[in-house]
Amino acid sequence: MASPRIWLAWRVGVFLAALAPLLFWSWQVAINAAGPEPGNYLLLNIGIGALWMLLLTLSLTPLTKLTRWKGFALIRRQLGLWTLAYATLHMLCYALFILGLNWALLGSEIVKRPYIIVGMIALIGLAVLGATSNRWAMKRLGKRWKPLHKFSYVILALVLLHFFWVVRADMQEWAMYAAIAALIMSTRLPPVARTLPKLRYRFSR
Amino acid sequence: MLIKIAKPSDLHESDVTPESIYLSRRRFMGGMAGLGAGLALSGHVRANEDYSDVPEGDAPAWLKEKISETEWRAITPSNPDKDKIAPFDDASGYNNFFEFGTDKRDPARHAGSLQTEPWSVVVDGEVNNGGRFALEDFAKPSQFEERIYRLRCVEAWSMVIPWLGIPLADIIKRADPTSKAKYVRFETLVDPEQMRGQRSSFSVIDWPYVEGLRLDEAMHPLTILAMGMYGRELPNQNGAPLRLVVPWKYGFKSIKSIVRISLVEEQPVNSWQEIAANEYGFYANVNPEVDHPRWSQATERRLPNTLFNPNTIDTLMFNGYADEVAELYAGMDLKENY
Repeated sequence: MASPRIWLAWRVGVFLAALAPLLFWSWQVAINAAGPEPGNYLLLNIGIGALWMLLLTLSLTPLTKLTRWKGFALIRRQLGLWTLAYATLHMLCYALFILGLNWALLGSEIVKRPYIIVGMIALIGLAVLGATSNRWAMKRLGKRWKPLHKFSYVILALVLLHFFWVVRADMQEWAMYAAIAALIMSTRLPPVARTLPKLRYRFSR
Repeated sequence: MLIKIAKPSDLHESDVTPESIYLSRRRFMGGMAGLGAGLALSGHVRANEDYSDVPEGDAPAWLKEKISETEWRAITPSNPDKDKIAPFDDASGYNNFFEFGTDKRDPARHAGSLQTEPWSVVVDGEVNNGGRFALEDFAKPSQFEERIYRLRCVEAWSMVIPWLGIPLADIIKRADPTSKAKYVRFETLVDPEQMRGQRSSFSVIDWPYVEGLRLDEAMHPLTILAMGMYGRELPNQNGAPLRLVVPWKYGFKSIKSIVRISLVEEQPVNSWQEIAANEYGFYANVNPEVDHPRWSQATERRLPNTLFNPNTIDTLMFNGYADEVAELYAGMDLKENY
């Protein structure tokens, strides 16, 4: 059906789309449109961006089941790595722009602040998954690869907890992301997971 | 200059009045009204020049007149090189006012819907002279003063802002508190039609926003009710038309768009204390030694900053106003009473 060229274009398109927000935010900072605290602007936007990437990554499997479209599976690793990239940049923004590379402060903050501990655990988890996202690691891990990468569900929970603890006044935004996360995770429940391909069959008729 | 007579040791090159000698200066000026007027005149010219790039507001005539009679630069930072006034666009474009949303740019985006004219304030509780006052009548008997204060947000950022307002003590004296009055309780307007943040069903704040001060804190000469900033009236997003400014406390104590001031016997429960008593206390004095449970209060980011210069500075006890206010808390455990 579709030629390899089209699949390559699809992957490149996804790559550019995932890169675009970073370029946009950097541009806003460069033209002084990011407010009086550009570091904080990047920190918060990239943090939310990381959550988006994680949610998108985790929605690919149910989407594949629902549509059987090959394209979703093709970008799963890429989006997973984008999640890691966004999360890493989020942490770097914190260290660079908020703490001003005051490593002593970073040390004491990590130990004292539960939301930072939770965020760091999530980031380490993402790094482990990222490091095992190549063919060599998949071969080495064999059957253990899948259960290991199901740790991404735990990471999603940690990220939402991290976000929850940062909110000061209004839970609306958090509640929205939590609801989306719950919806995506519910597709993993065995009865729902079994229903998804049937739904596709019904749609196709 | 008067300041030199008052306390020569505190002199600076510039003609600013260091906060540390503000009280002695006020006492001195009390008996020299004529000289004070001369100072105000010369100050006025300079103030207008300083705010030439600030967009002109749309203040009612009475407020414009009060502002034109302001005693400019009544209190200024003792170290003006370190405490530079934030650009107007930053002070008016980046702040918290949860009635209009949770993003720090939401207030500037959404506060245009707030009707500030006409406005009235209820003064009630343990007072002999209570009632509902039109803002104009409420403000008119007092002299407007310009106070350049550091504003330290509990979120660990800060800005230096030139407020225009009147001492809260003026208002309280006029209300004539009874002997039972121990605290002052303030309330922000509730009007979900005008304040979109109040329409959110996920808000953790139980409207109206409430704040409180001990009576001696409220009577302290540094505590003001502001009606303007940067030589003009308050922009809506900064708490128009009437807000509190208590410079030695975290910003959330400085309640905005006030509609009610009550003198009360019992310590009020302020909104943030009600939401999370382990994170926000009644006193909320700026204190680098008492951390917020979720972040350190030892330092602050002075805004505006840039990417590679977060402009992190040490937070000072009582936000640098310790000389003036520390005695209010003599003998109190400030770790306990955060």
